[in-house]
Amino acid sequence: MATQAKYAAVDGLHTFPRLLFHHATVRPNAPAMREKYLGIWQTWTWSDVADRVRALACGLAALGFKRGDNLAIIGDNRPHLYMMMTAAQCLGGVPVPLYQDAVANEMLFVLQDAGVRFVVVEDQEQVDKMLEVKDQVATLEHVIYDDPRGMRHYSQTFLHDIHELMEMGRIHDRNHPDFLNAEVEQGHFDDTSVMLYTSGTTGKPKGVCQTHTAFIAAAQGGVQVDNLGADGDILSYLPMAWVGDHLFSYAQALVAGFTINCPESGDTVMSDLREIGPTCYFAPPRVFESLLTSVMIRMEDAGKLKYKMFHHFMGVAKRCGADILDGKSVGFGDRLQYWLGNLLVYGPLRNVLGMSRIKVAYTAGAAIGPDLFKFYRSIGINLKQFYGQTETCAYVCLQPDGQIKFDSVGQPAPGVEIKIADNGEVLVKGPMLLKEYYKRPDATAETINAEGWFMTGDAGFLDEDGHLKIIDRAKDVGKLSNGAMFAPNYIENKLKFFQHIKEVVCFGHDRDMVCAFVNIDMGAVGNWAERRGIAYAGYTDLAGKPEVLELIRECVEQVNADLVHDSMVADSQIHRFLVLHKELDPDDDELTRTRKVRRNFVAEKYKVLIDALYAGKSNQYIETEVKFEDGRRGKVAADLKIIDAKTFPIVKKAA
Amino acid sequence: MSKKIGDVILDLQNISLRFGGVKALTDISFNVKEHEIRAIIGPNGAGKSSMLNVINGVYHPQEGKIFWHGNERKKMEPHMAAQQNIARTFQNIALFKGMSVLDNIMTGRITKMKSNFIEHALWFGRAKKEELEHRQKVEEVIDFLEIQHIRKTPVGRLPYGLQKRVELGRALAAEPSMLLLDEPMAGMNVEEKQDMCRFILDVNDQFGTTIVLIEHDMGVVMDISDRVVVLDYGKKIGDGVPDEVKNNEDVIRAYLGAGH
Repeated sequence: MATQAKYAAVDGLHTFPRLLFHHATVRPNAPAMREKYLGIWQTWTWSDVADRVRALACGLAALGFKRGDNLAIIGDNRPHLYMMMTAAQCLGGVPVPLYQDAVANEMLFVLQDAGVRFVVVEDQEQVDKMLEVKDQVATLEHVIYDDPRGMRHYSQTFLHDIHELMEMGRIHDRNHPDFLNAEVEQGHFDDTSVMLYTSGTTGKPKGVCQTHTAFIAAAQGGVQVDNLGADGDILSYLPMAWVGDHLFSYAQALVAGFTINCPESGDTVMSDLREIGPTCYFAPPRVFESLLTSVMIRMEDAGKLKYKMFHHFMGVAKRCGADILDGKSVGFGDRLQYWLGNLLVYGPLRNVLGMSRIKVAYTAGAAIGPDLFKFYRSIGINLKQFYGQTETCAYVCLQPDGQIKFDSVGQPAPGVEIKIADNGEVLVKGPMLLKEYYKRPDATAETINAEGWFMTGDAGFLDEDGHLKIIDRAKDVGKLSNGAMFAPNYIENKLKFFQHIKEVVCFGHDRDMVCAFVNIDMGAVGNWAERRGIAYAGYTDLAGKPEVLELIRECVEQVNADLVHDSMVADSQIHRFLVLHKELDPDDDELTRTRKVRRNFVAEKYKVLIDALYAGKSNQYIETEVKFEDGRRGKVAADLKIIDAKTFPIVKKAA
Repeated sequence: MSKKIGDVILDLQNISLRFGGVKALTDISFNVKEHEIRAIIGPNGAGKSSMLNVINGVYHPQEGKIFWHGNERKKMEPHMAAQQNIARTFQNIALFKGMSVLDNIMTGRITKMKSNFIEHALWFGRAKKEELEHRQKVEEVIDFLEIQHIRKTPVGRLPYGLQKRVELGRALAAEPSMLLLDEPMAGMNVEEKQDMCRFILDVNDQFGTTIVLIEHDMGVVMDISDRVVVLDYGKKIGDGVPDEVKNNEDVIRAYLGAGH
């Protein structure tokens, strides 16, 4: 009941600056932000933050920042940069965070598009980038920097130290004591609160304008579902320009009033995580994977007793850990063993991972392997997936406690409506939808249809419990010749969860069956071969070994056995496959720089192999040109064997 | 760059150093000005490290005079050099391999510590207060060199380039007015060299530290030093700004051999 009252109070304060000043009155001495500096965690309380935001906002106003101006923010997660967001919002301006590792020329488009007059950056490195592009951004007037190191010899008058800005602001505030309150009062919940640029894999980046209402609604929904309170801690280490960080580190922190913690540097995140012990944690799947790998490697070196104990209790956890976390009924014997295991293994393990206090951990951005997902849940870490886009404040589906399915992204979040279009595309409606794309009414009209549904571009379906399963990008989904749906990504991801498989490309659109190219993972398969005493001379040779083909066949058949249970994709079982003689490589244009397969290019380049797969041949000779890193070209040739995999008869469910 | 180079702070006049019959240095004179980066270069065995050891007080030249801030320096031991605010790094890394980065850098503060070892052992009274102050200084160095992520890692586990950086950190912890660097970039890859160059320039720029360095990488030397002195077979064959030295006939001969 207490939580109800708290959010009711927040509901009345519908912009972020008002939320901040509300917290500063209600809990002035509670920590709002922490940053590790000179080896010590420095703390700012809510009233400290409010004071600084006030000074920064007045400073900006003194420099001429006006309602409707955009403020570009470039840097690692730093308290001052988060404060600058609120400061801009106080004046009715719009913060525009940019990815800090982009080079100057990549930032140019956004700076021009947003017509930025003010930029706040972290350090000298970013200042240099701004100086590089200043001539090309006609609107740019002022650059403010947080870290003065190395800035002594910069004499340009448009550069300002953030501390000087605060000093200017304090003077301005003394002279015009009512100014800021009036500005904050003018703020309306339907104003744009932030502009986040989409990464622009298709065409130029677009500025997604989100209102205060949208982000506050998204944050409230998440806070309610996962019951996050003001006593929480979160580690803010993901790029500020990414919608997830804005949701967790900014919107949720201001809505729930918990503490954000900024790591010392990008390299220290793991040790900072251990020191803070956050209650809420977000990481992409690969981070969870590398954490698990490091634990497993260290266990290999442990003494016999510890090794046995670890594996015994991990067995127990695998059997009943996830069920205990979900509150399902579990036998007394298992419960007792799990309790003991928690004392001896899981507890210490969580501590090593920095997750002793975790109430909820999230992952998103890529598919997470079921084993990995189950591992974390089984040792008592409440790991969840969520689903959303920049355009929806990263808030569409959440997994409520006790109803976690690893292959779905959960149920529609509070306030969100979901509909599946006829072509399988997921449509979304709710308070968290974007207001518009900045200066792009054409794009806005394209992505939100006449009835107000936002078109996600993802294909998916709702299962019998109302959980959303995302299968692929809508434009990649095709049909088999018998009319059944063919979602290549969905099948490829299932295969890529096997450690021996690095990359897969599936074919099947307009065909009578699904066939696949497989890339082995050189590290994992090489290791596997060594332990079995299989000699090999490089990638091509290893990929052609009969033992390796057998290994991959087992993986494919396991996936087939899995696919047959799901009526939507049962027809997509892989009938035939081959293991490619070379790794798909961005240098050969087969992958994008972010390592996504360029499907059409691969299909054209290896047409002869596809023909062989569908013609029923048992082997095919191929010669491929490859580019080496130093620019030389060479040829790789091999005679590839084509393997038939076992498929399973489809059992139609009795009606 | 608006760097201000000051007066001569170290003046070496007619230095000769012999080990028995071997003449390591013969009649060498040069000086170092405040806030400058001074490089000593030369082929192997030219006497560069010996020169550095003379400055540092490890070797005592049989002939010649050394003036430090205008006063003639009599016999001096290395620890006295440290007390005069001269710090150095070594050609072969000389860190405590089993100790953490933090502890290694802390040893650089040793000349500044006033409390005795019993107080330290009990971590009591002024020893405690003092350690907190020193730790603050050490953390500033760690921040400056961007090695926060290895703060608690034993030095022996670090790659070579990082160990070199830690050694620089220990020298910096002493807040030296003059820093002697013996081949700070030996054995580094291009990226590590770039980092090290940046740190050397930053130290010089931000703290105004005078730097004397020995280095083999000509590109590096010519790029970052203000003046260069060239030694060959224990004799000085060139002295001046990088451009002068580059075009000096004797220097070209020493490096490329006769006939070129």
